[in-house]
Amino acid sequence: MSSLGRRDFLGRLGALAAVPAGLQVQDSLAGRGDVGTLRDPYAAGRPRDVTRIEDYDERIKAIEHRLACNCGCTLDVFTCRTTDFTCTYSPKLHREVVAMDKAGKSAQEILDAFVAEYGEKALMAPRPEGFNLWGYLLPGSLILAAGAGLFAFVSRRRVAVAAAGAPDAAPSGAGPTATPEELERLRQALAEVED
Amino acid sequence: MTLLGQFALWVALLLAVWSATVAFSGRWQGREELRRSISGAVYGTFAALAVAALALWKGLVTHDFNIEYVAAYTSRNLPSGYIVSALWAGQKGSLLFWALVLSLFASLAQVLTPRRYAALLPYVAGVTSAVTAFFVCTMIFAANPFERLPFTPADGRGLNPQLQNPGMMIHPPMLYLGYISITIPFAFAVAALLSRSLDTGWIHAIRKWTLVSWLFLSIGITLGMWWAYVELGWGGYWAWDPVENASLLPWLTMTAFLHSVMIQEKRGMLKRWNLGLIIGTFLLSIFGTFITRSGVIASVHSFTQSNVGYFFLGFLAVSGVLAFTLLYTRWPSLRAEVQLESMLSREAAFLFNNLLLVGVAFSVLWGTLFPILSELVRGSKITVGPPFFNRVNIPIGLLLLALTGVGPLIAWRKASTANLRRQFTAPVTTGLVTLVGLLASGMRDFYAIMALALAGFVAGTIVQEFWRGVRARRRMHGESVPLAFSRLVARNRRRYGGYLVHVGVLIYFVAFSGMAFKREMEATLKPGQSVRMQSPFGHTYTLTHMGVSQFEALNRIVSAATVSVAKDGKPEGLMTSEKRQHVDSFKRPTFEPSTEVGIRSGLQEDLYITYAGSVNGTEEAVYRFTINPLVWWLWFGGFVLVFGGVVTMWPGGGPTVAAPRRAVAGYEVALVGGGPE
Repeated sequence: MSSLGRRDFLGRLGALAAVPAGLQVQDSLAGRGDVGTLRDPYAAGRPRDVTRIEDYDERIKAIEHRLACNCGCTLDVFTCRTTDFTCTYSPKLHREVVAMDKAGKSAQEILDAFVAEYGEKALMAPRPEGFNLWGYLLPGSLILAAGAGLFAFVSRRRVAVAAAGAPDAAPSGAGPTATPEELERLRQALAEVED
Repeated sequence: MTLLGQFALWVALLLAVWSATVAFSGRWQGREELRRSISGAVYGTFAALAVAALALWKGLVTHDFNIEYVAAYTSRNLPSGYIVSALWAGQKGSLLFWALVLSLFASLAQVLTPRRYAALLPYVAGVTSAVTAFFVCTMIFAANPFERLPFTPADGRGLNPQLQNPGMMIHPPMLYLGYISITIPFAFAVAALLSRSLDTGWIHAIRKWTLVSWLFLSIGITLGMWWAYVELGWGGYWAWDPVENASLLPWLTMTAFLHSVMIQEKRGMLKRWNLGLIIGTFLLSIFGTFITRSGVIASVHSFTQSNVGYFFLGFLAVSGVLAFTLLYTRWPSLRAEVQLESMLSREAAFLFNNLLLVGVAFSVLWGTLFPILSELVRGSKITVGPPFFNRVNIPIGLLLLALTGVGPLIAWRKASTANLRRQFTAPVTTGLVTLVGLLASGMRDFYAIMALALAGFVAGTIVQEFWRGVRARRRMHGESVPLAFSRLVARNRRRYGGYLVHVGVLIYFVAFSGMAFKREMEATLKPGQSVRMQSPFGHTYTLTHMGVSQFEALNRIVSAATVSVAKDGKPEGLMTSEKRQHVDSFKRPTFEPSTEVGIRSGLQEDLYITYAGSVNGTEEAVYRFTINPLVWWLWFGGFVLVFGGVVTMWPGGGPTVAAPRRAVAGYEVALVGGGPE
């Protein structure tokens, strides 16, 4: 039998006093089909509502994946409300989406309504228009420009070298003579040791 | 102990300032005692910081809650492992840990660097000491880990529940080790510029350091993904969060450097580019630290907002200006020895690989900063989340994957048509067969198809390389296949270790593509009720809620929801997801309840269960069920990548005395043959 110190005893007594008396006893066994109550429901997080069909409807989910939660979590509304169970923002935003959907609004209309109400930051990604196009296009454009510049530079240099009649490289002295078979064997051996 | 810790910090600062001042003054030249005092000060700084760290650790272990840091991050009932790891759990302690490891690396650089690079070492000490001095200054004047409270609380607040995960005991140190070790290659680059020793010496001196740094960053990033996956509970591993992005940036530029440095070693090209990459990598590591510690961009990973950010911003600006000015002054001495001759060459492939790696780095940086820029320009706030990053970066990433296969096969200098045909026929066929197979199987996600087909192509190139190497050894030495394989790798660890790293990368891409087929649903279940869920691989899971049990553990009250899993009707066992209410030693709640997910991991997919909570305090539980395809491969890919990196940097197996002769012979053969094949 484990010993219980005075401090522990008083601590537990205090914790028990903080829990409503009716919730202290677990009145069913797990897996028996009855919905028993938890000994300490507050330890299991905020109480949840029963999941409705619209909570995991693919269409609603797709819209919510495009909407940012404004609790500062950097997640989308669907992910936040099904992950950060302390967040009070994402459930509210979810209810707004469901209400608009029931009112017959299309996905785009719902997104537009959110932008109108909360600003463009309500979207998980800015719309590809106006100044935002810089965000989408600049990295790819710079890579393409740099690649094209590199290609042009090397091509121009090759033309210049060819026009000057310069040798492709500057070997020192004559190279060894060898049959194609010997060259192939040497190449294979080199291929093995080459970094 | 706080007095000792404070004193040790001041001693460390004075020694670091001495070392940096003497090193940069140049007065040590011709004065051996001054030269020795520089390295002596580096060792002394490490010793002083070790004393400071031990003092803080003692405060943590003895529950000295009068120290603000100890009270903020630990409690009496915190498991011992997390008390030790609390050193790097908060802003102030992690700065001390950073300075300690930096001073250790600085000392190791002084001790382990071969004597032939001795001329660089005083400057190296100067740079590392200057950076250490900055960190110690930041601690002393803005984030002192030894700050005392005006009273002593009976218990501390405890560690954030999300940090109470074994992964968090090793993930931050690994990432820090990666970030911190970047300082050493940067210090050698600055030393080479200052001393005008701009041959390949500094590159040889830092080779191991760059690999170590890259390895630690790789391990840290992979562990970070794993921690996010198992602890944050949102069912993914990468959210393009600013702090995640900040860790990726130096990894990308360091990866670019590891490739481009080969061109400088072999062809004497890209000297300026390589120096620029090392400087850029260092600045990005400081930028990442700034993002994490300033609170300038919202992130779930960042420390609380503090004025430490201003210190880092200032340091970033000053070190950037100084380093690039130095590079500019040495610009004329950094001309390439030869020029790029053909776009169909390994040099060109590596150049494009660098272009894409730096392009991705820029793209990630651009996306991370774009909300700030947008607010400055337009005055309106925007969110730049995963849809933006995926749209911009996935095409670049796929191009990069393609080049992973092209680079190693294409010949140096100039590839002929025959060379291209010989090298690429089999891998391209493999890629095409994969593509046709995926389309025939009904897959329609464009990016996933491209990723898998290109992975097939890259796998073809790597298998071909290993096969040819083994075949050549068997023919020349008559070895068995296993012996030929092991000797092939052992004799040329850099090359074949690099291929293993590429295998890891392609496995990463395969795993990434799996997330395109993620399935998720919510359900509220009473005990005994079931829900069915279809896997993208075709089978059906039946998930039965068994009930919720509550019990007390060391520092928490646990509510455990249990689910019985059956796959296509066949029982697979039980899975549990938990809600944890952490409490201090007086049973007072310390944080909001946190969630522990249940994960059943397999080669095909992960079943990921999250207990969201209970309905009206009953056993009726709300769950989120997620099926994440191919996630196991991400961790395996990380293992292969790190294993390949270790093979690459394992001592020995480098160029032999005969290597230069072989290189010359190869050059001659190329000329006789009218171009290498």
